[in-house]
Amino acid sequence: MTELLKIDDLTICPASLPSRKLVSNVSFSIEPGKTTCVVGESGSGKSLTALSVMGLLSQQLVRTNGRVLFQGQDLADLSAEEMRKIRGRQIGMIFQEPMTSLNPVLTVGFQIGESLTAHLGLKGEALKAKVSALLEQVGIPAHRANSYPDELSGGQRQRVMIAMSIACEPLMLIADEPTTALDVTVQAQILSLLDNLKTSMNMGMLLITHDFGVVADVADDVVVMFRGEVVESGTVAQVLNKPKHPYTKALLACVPDAEGKKPLKPIDYAWLKNEQVPA
Amino acid sequence: MSEFILKARDLNKFYTQRSGRFGFGTTQVKALDNVSLELRHASTLAVVGESGSGKSTLARCLLQLQPLDGGSVFFQGRDLADLPASELRQQRRHLQMIFQDPFASLNPRMKVGETVEEGLLIHGLGNKDERFEKALKMLKRVGLVESDMNRYPHEFSGGQRQRIGIARALVLEPKLVVCDEPVSALDVSIQAQILLLLKELQQEMSLSYLFISHDLRVVRHIADEIAVIHQGKIVETGSIKEVYESPKQQYTQNLLKAIPGQKRQVA
Repeated sequence: MTELLKIDDLTICPASLPSRKLVSNVSFSIEPGKTTCVVGESGSGKSLTALSVMGLLSQQLVRTNGRVLFQGQDLADLSAEEMRKIRGRQIGMIFQEPMTSLNPVLTVGFQIGESLTAHLGLKGEALKAKVSALLEQVGIPAHRANSYPDELSGGQRQRVMIAMSIACEPLMLIADEPTTALDVTVQAQILSLLDNLKTSMNMGMLLITHDFGVVADVADDVVVMFRGEVVESGTVAQVLNKPKHPYTKALLACVPDAEGKKPLKPIDYAWLKNEQVPA
Repeated sequence: MSEFILKARDLNKFYTQRSGRFGFGTTQVKALDNVSLELRHASTLAVVGESGSGKSTLARCLLQLQPLDGGSVFFQGRDLADLPASELRQQRRHLQMIFQDPFASLNPRMKVGETVEEGLLIHGLGNKDERFEKALKMLKRVGLVESDMNRYPHEFSGGQRQRIGIARALVLEPKLVVCDEPVSALDVSIQAQILLLLKELQQEMSLSYLFISHDLRVVRHIADEIAVIHQGKIVETGSIKEVYESPKQQYTQNLLKAIPGQKRQVA
């Protein structure tokens, strides 16, 4: 078995309304050293899918069907204690908002160190050295370990988030729109940083985004989600160059291109509804 | 009337920042450093820059929402800073703004109809029925329905809220609209809808747009001319074609290189 993570027939519903499927029969897998991009609009269920891998779904939502296998192990079978050992240690996660996901009253060095202490038992000088090394790895001077989040720029905060998530050298990294809040030049830096880390650490990466430009730059495989369902998946070349599903085509058509050659075309949802959906 | 609806000359704006130990010292930050620009009648000028480059400060200063430390803004040939307060208020009708965050820029306690009508009320345009009719027509034009007038902003999605923000700005039939990152908070599909709507409305109402954005892909589709701003200075200006195809400044070249989707060719 080569896949690192296998999501099989995943269905998520609100606990109070089991007939309303928010994520419906989603299946895909992630291999080590490969990046899978999940693309979709807001409300397509892409973030819910990622949260359910981490076991971080809110109490009001339940997984009614399907399995999430990490290295062949069903994550639902694990106790809360065992899940905590995987979370942050074997699966790292980067959230979208670097402003709100860091604790404002703790130094970034402390926050990066927390998971190293919790999972690997690092303390004292060894911990300090590791934190410094991580900061340098993501391109921040080591003395910044003593800074508070508000003293850093948006891009630096996102780098700190990346340093936190790769601190324990996880096998897999989940990044939920990691560059959406950032400037294009910073975005390009963060994406190439993630790409290099993925290669050097042979991590599997699940990258959630709504930007096909990002997909084209970093993805190996692409999963397109629409209204909680996977409408198309395949390699990046297949999906971007020969999209099969009308929704994928429509979504590609509404991305403005840098050359300005192609006219913008918003998605015609009414038309999509009537369109035959190929299996 | 000259072909330029808006001209800005040598705009300067400083912010004083506390610095040093316990913030007892001060340093001056130049948010705008001798910025000059010209916007042609019924066209779109994009101001592009990264966060902190001064583009939003520029927008606010142009509309006299913030005092300038130097320079002057000419709207239809008249210096806005020289106008008496009452006359400036009248001119504001023609100077409208569309904001970035559709979640923060609408009053949550006002019904959508009230929000759109408010500008008409302030400028004393029409009676109650006429105001209602105008607001309704505008809301319909941006893609909402009559019953939406009695709903509150939280009942709408981000894209719909941005439509309300557009209706609010355009109901006064302004001449110049400053759009401060109007689509950056939206999904790509919604972004395309809003951009097309802005373009259509520009043609119908012969609006001039000052379009502030950090997204060079979006700018390419909406603007006629572009000004690249970096650390409070305009580093390059020109037509869209010139700047995208043969950027002269290193900074502009770097920005263009950072547009995602160029590493692999996408059909």
